[in-house]
Amino acid sequence: MSTIEQSSAIAGGDRRPRRWHILVFLAPALLIYTAVMILPLIETLRLSLFNVRDGQSVFVGLGNFGVLFGDTRWAASFWNALKNNFVFFAIHMLVQNPIGVALAALLSVPKLRFAAFYRTALFLPTLLSFVIVGFIWKLILSPIWGVSPFLLDLVGLKSLFSPWLGKPGSALIAVSLISVWQYVGIPMMLIYAAMLNIPDEVLEAAECDGITGWSQFWKIKLPLILPSIGIISILTFVGNFNAFDLVYTVQGALAGPDGSTDILGTLLYRVFFGFQLQIGDKSMGATIATVMFLIILSGVCLYLFAIQRRMRRYQF
Amino acid sequence: MGSKTLKTLLMASSILAGAGMANAQETTLTIESWRTDDLAIWQEKLIPAFEAKNPGIKVKFAPTPPTEYDAALGARFDAGSAGDIITCRPFDKSLEQFKRGNLTSLNDLAGMKNFSDVAKAAWTTDDGKDTFCVPMASVIHGFIYNQEAFEKLGIKVPATEEEFFAALEKIKADGTYIPMAMGTKDLWEAATMGYQNIGPTYWKGEEGRAKLIKGEAKLTDPEWVEPYKVLLKWKDYLGDGFEAQTYPDSQNLFTLGRAAIYPAGSWEIGLFNTQVQFKMGAFPPPVKKAGDECYISDHNDIGAGLNAKSKHPEEAKKFLDWVASPEFAEIYANALPGFFSLNSTPVKMQDPLAQEFVSWREKCKPTIRSTYQILSRGTPNLENETWVESANVINGTDTPEAAAKKLQDGLDSWYKPAK
Repeated sequence: MSTIEQSSAIAGGDRRPRRWHILVFLAPALLIYTAVMILPLIETLRLSLFNVRDGQSVFVGLGNFGVLFGDTRWAASFWNALKNNFVFFAIHMLVQNPIGVALAALLSVPKLRFAAFYRTALFLPTLLSFVIVGFIWKLILSPIWGVSPFLLDLVGLKSLFSPWLGKPGSALIAVSLISVWQYVGIPMMLIYAAMLNIPDEVLEAAECDGITGWSQFWKIKLPLILPSIGIISILTFVGNFNAFDLVYTVQGALAGPDGSTDILGTLLYRVFFGFQLQIGDKSMGATIATVMFLIILSGVCLYLFAIQRRMRRYQF
Repeated sequence: MGSKTLKTLLMASSILAGAGMANAQETTLTIESWRTDDLAIWQEKLIPAFEAKNPGIKVKFAPTPPTEYDAALGARFDAGSAGDIITCRPFDKSLEQFKRGNLTSLNDLAGMKNFSDVAKAAWTTDDGKDTFCVPMASVIHGFIYNQEAFEKLGIKVPATEEEFFAALEKIKADGTYIPMAMGTKDLWEAATMGYQNIGPTYWKGEEGRAKLIKGEAKLTDPEWVEPYKVLLKWKDYLGDGFEAQTYPDSQNLFTLGRAAIYPAGSWEIGLFNTQVQFKMGAFPPPVKKAGDECYISDHNDIGAGLNAKSKHPEEAKKFLDWVASPEFAEIYANALPGFFSLNSTPVKMQDPLAQEFVSWREKCKPTIRSTYQILSRGTPNLENETWVESANVINGTDTPEAAAKKLQDGLDSWYKPAK
């Protein structure tokens, strides 16, 4: 008996002291994050399983999702928003990120003069409020007071101008490009930082092997900045599927014309908070929010498990 | 010790009694409102006029900003701290407060006889039994035009649809002015200034609206589709790039004198008076054929109700009776040109443009916007859909028939008229 007690006492003594300070230091962040992020998220997920029947909140299981995907009107507006959101995302991936990479490549050319000035100028729109960006671009593209019809007229191309923001065919592209203009600074900065990290020895070695100019970019620099491009893609994905602000300021809550710029964020806003005579529907709003959450979650998971793991990293 | 307590008690009771006496002589009524812009008008004109006639009742106007009003008022009702007089939003928002027992029925208020049923419609229960707010003001739709442009081009004020389009054609041929200042970017302009402005002429105002609510008419019927066909014809007379023209753009085009005709709501009068350098005139929505009955949209906007838990219901009723009187109507309508009294007694107004607008009430039949009562309670929301489809028709995205079908299908999906 006594030996057992003794050995356990020894083991206890051996155990490292509890490191309470870890918990103490983690607590504030954990508490705040739980209060402002995790609890609302759980509450949203919970709300999506309830609906109001005869003034009472009732558990309806997946009933709200059944309405969202089963009812032709709900489904039509949801799929329209999702489709628009994918177009919005595709334009960012095809325009914003390649331009960001190209600008970063140009900025990192060692002989470039005024590099700091260009860097600041290109990054500036990102710092502007979306309200200002939306307002400026609405003015620039205005067919009445806008500078764009005037500029096109100067070079004799007035016939190319059309009220892009007001036409169902072009409104979404125009809004996406405004967003690209605003946020192109972010991929540029991240890629620029990654390019600065490439050691000179690697580039010099490449030069010794006769790899210069474009082939140096494709064969040496691009593989080295691929992880950054991956991060940018995922940031763009999350940002685009949560987007709302710019569409709301430029096209209004109904995301006109004819719902052609309606993305998941604006759909959620209208359903959850209501608009004009439409009264907000918290349950259906939470349902759409849940679907958005699942879309983003699956996109991020796909990236983490399918792409990030296969990416080769280089250490210097 | 004992005497001291007694003294204190006596003191306190005498103070309390004094306070009670003061209360008996003077009651303060608080008005809840979202019209922060009207604070000066209430304090300088309306309240003094009431207090002079009703000694012993003091009135305090306590507005909340419009965007916060509904939420703040709801919270105050729940806490029991809401004011005695409640400014009522039209239709469902106030109806909900009445159903919750926050507003009192005002059927027995003497001044109510000064209002027509249309005027009371915005604050009456669906079955028409109870009216719970005194109608204060409405806005009227019509067209404001640039009188100088009309004189220069020798255009007569159009009375029929044919004359209207002939005038537009003439302005367009001349080329100095944009015929009509309206855009479809903000969607609601097309619906409110377009469809709801000219529509009543075709669906015969209240008659058509009642049929729609009863389910006897459908939005796909010719009288509801025709306004869309007329709107489609407007397209050729709007400015370049009207698809991306916003509401402030339209206002500016007109006030700067670049456009000749502005499809308007009377609320513009106050602003236009301060900005416009030329002479303005107004005409009601043109009728189909000369001699046809004309209809105008005279849309209820503001009312005043009584808090069911008010501590001074008698005094508050006295005040509401005064709000229902022609005297109030005259002061209010003159202070805010473009917000017209709903009182059946004609009101003398100084502003010529406002006078013109209100004069239509005598020759035309008034109605309210077709989508506001009952028909916008469900999803999809008929009012919001009407915005989208009105813009679609003018943009050419949908034909008038297709737009009407979409609206009716949306309505059918949730609205089952009582039969």
